[in-house]
Amino acid sequence: MRTRKKKSEKELTIEQKINRRNFLSFAAFAVLAGGAYEGWRLLYKSPDEAAGITAGAHKPLRRALNKTELVFRRLFSNNHLVKTYPKSMAAKRVRVNSDIGIEAEKKFDPATWKLQVVKKPGDVFKVSLDELKALPKTEIIYDFKCVEGWDQIQHWAGVRFSDFMAHYKLDNLAKMQYVGMETPDKAYYVGIDMASAMHPQTLLAYEVNDQPLPLNHGAPLRLIIPVKYGIKNLKRIGTISFSNSRPRDYWAEQGYDYYSGL
Amino acid sequence: MKAIKEKHSLAMRWCHWVNFPILTIMIWSGMLIYWANDEYSVTLFGHTFFRFFPDWFYNTLKIPHRLSEGMAFHFLFMWFFTLNGVIYILYTLISGEWRELAPKKNSFKEAWLVLLHDLHIRKTAPPQNKYNAAQRIAYTTIILMGIGSVITGLAIYKPVQFYYLAWLCGGYHFARVLHFALTLGYVFFFVVHVVQVLLAGWNNFRSVISGFEVVNEDVKPATQTANENAHTKEKV
Repeated sequence: MRTRKKKSEKELTIEQKINRRNFLSFAAFAVLAGGAYEGWRLLYKSPDEAAGITAGAHKPLRRALNKTELVFRRLFSNNHLVKTYPKSMAAKRVRVNSDIGIEAEKKFDPATWKLQVVKKPGDVFKVSLDELKALPKTEIIYDFKCVEGWDQIQHWAGVRFSDFMAHYKLDNLAKMQYVGMETPDKAYYVGIDMASAMHPQTLLAYEVNDQPLPLNHGAPLRLIIPVKYGIKNLKRIGTISFSNSRPRDYWAEQGYDYYSGL
Repeated sequence: MKAIKEKHSLAMRWCHWVNFPILTIMIWSGMLIYWANDEYSVTLFGHTFFRFFPDWFYNTLKIPHRLSEGMAFHFLFMWFFTLNGVIYILYTLISGEWRELAPKKNSFKEAWLVLLHDLHIRKTAPPQNKYNAAQRIAYTTIILMGIGSVITGLAIYKPVQFYYLAWLCGGYHFARVLHFALTLGYVFFFVVHVVQVLLAGWNNFRSVISGFEVVNEDVKPATQTANENAHTKEKV
């Protein structure tokens, strides 16, 4: 901004220099500020994404969420474990935040429940709760984190998802990209990247505080996945399926990040 | 006689004005997130003096029911906030401008004198270079706060992957408290900053846009501590 015109021109007076630099800098400032404001307006008023596996977010923001996911997926490691606590610190009254898919008025009998594992469309096998309980039991006492911002130290127990996969010789399916889980009524559903599902602290849980799950916590079997927000911890698992593309996900359809990893 | 005296580099002005809207968006989107579980309050001996935040606050700012939108904005602009901060810090380190900014041994004592002067309790302010002692402390603290926001933010955002950051911040829960407190700090800084800028006057404000101040050279040689001080009563 200090460049002067050709030397042949008359030397500017100090007043002229001040005025010139004032004008140039304030003009540049105004143009940039206007541009920034326009850019913000464009972003703020940008249309929502086309509804699909994800929905409800501004189109450019969804793009950013997906790109950001790629960055943080690189940092993911099975060696990064959620912090665990002594049993005495676990909440006695475990918070219930949602009943989508497991509403009390819905008819459901845990005694006749069986987990359906869809190896591929049309190839389904069923697993009973007793069969799952025969597998090694893993306990975890950790800080459950809700996307809303609250957290609570809770005590869960069940089968490691990775143990479950190994026991039923699903190693080939574990090479796929995603796991999908749905409630029996298909009203609530989550999609989880395979790395997070196979994390050593991810459980198919059937106990809370050493007791069988009550209905409002997703009896008889729910997902406990400490590397995700609560929204991914599906209650009352009806079916488990596998795919290489993102399975549908309840909250990702409501504008939330699909990954929602911690 | 009037003269132009260079004050703020283009890099400093750029980072300052880029940061302003970005931080505003971060605070706003952070509010959209915080709203979903607004549990903080000032409570002493069982009496709640202030709740963050009262209903009128949310209603005025039209904040409710936009958690997912807040997160989407927050996790985009966090990149810009961090990048701008990194550029600024690298710039001050490489250019050597940090020497004007970092508090010196006597800055904390001097800052008190500056405060007394600003409050019109003391007549003279301590001599200074580009920034006075109070400014050195404030402008260094705000950078440390920025770093603090990034660290506590990451600790909340990925508490498992960045378990060591969560540990460093005293756990997930406390990291969230710190992240919130730092935001209140920015708002407090902003209020004091704007008042100071208004009091300091046009010459000072212009220098953050145009980079220079106008000084009267015949008073003192420009190399001395002539009028860069907003507190001198010189008319421009």
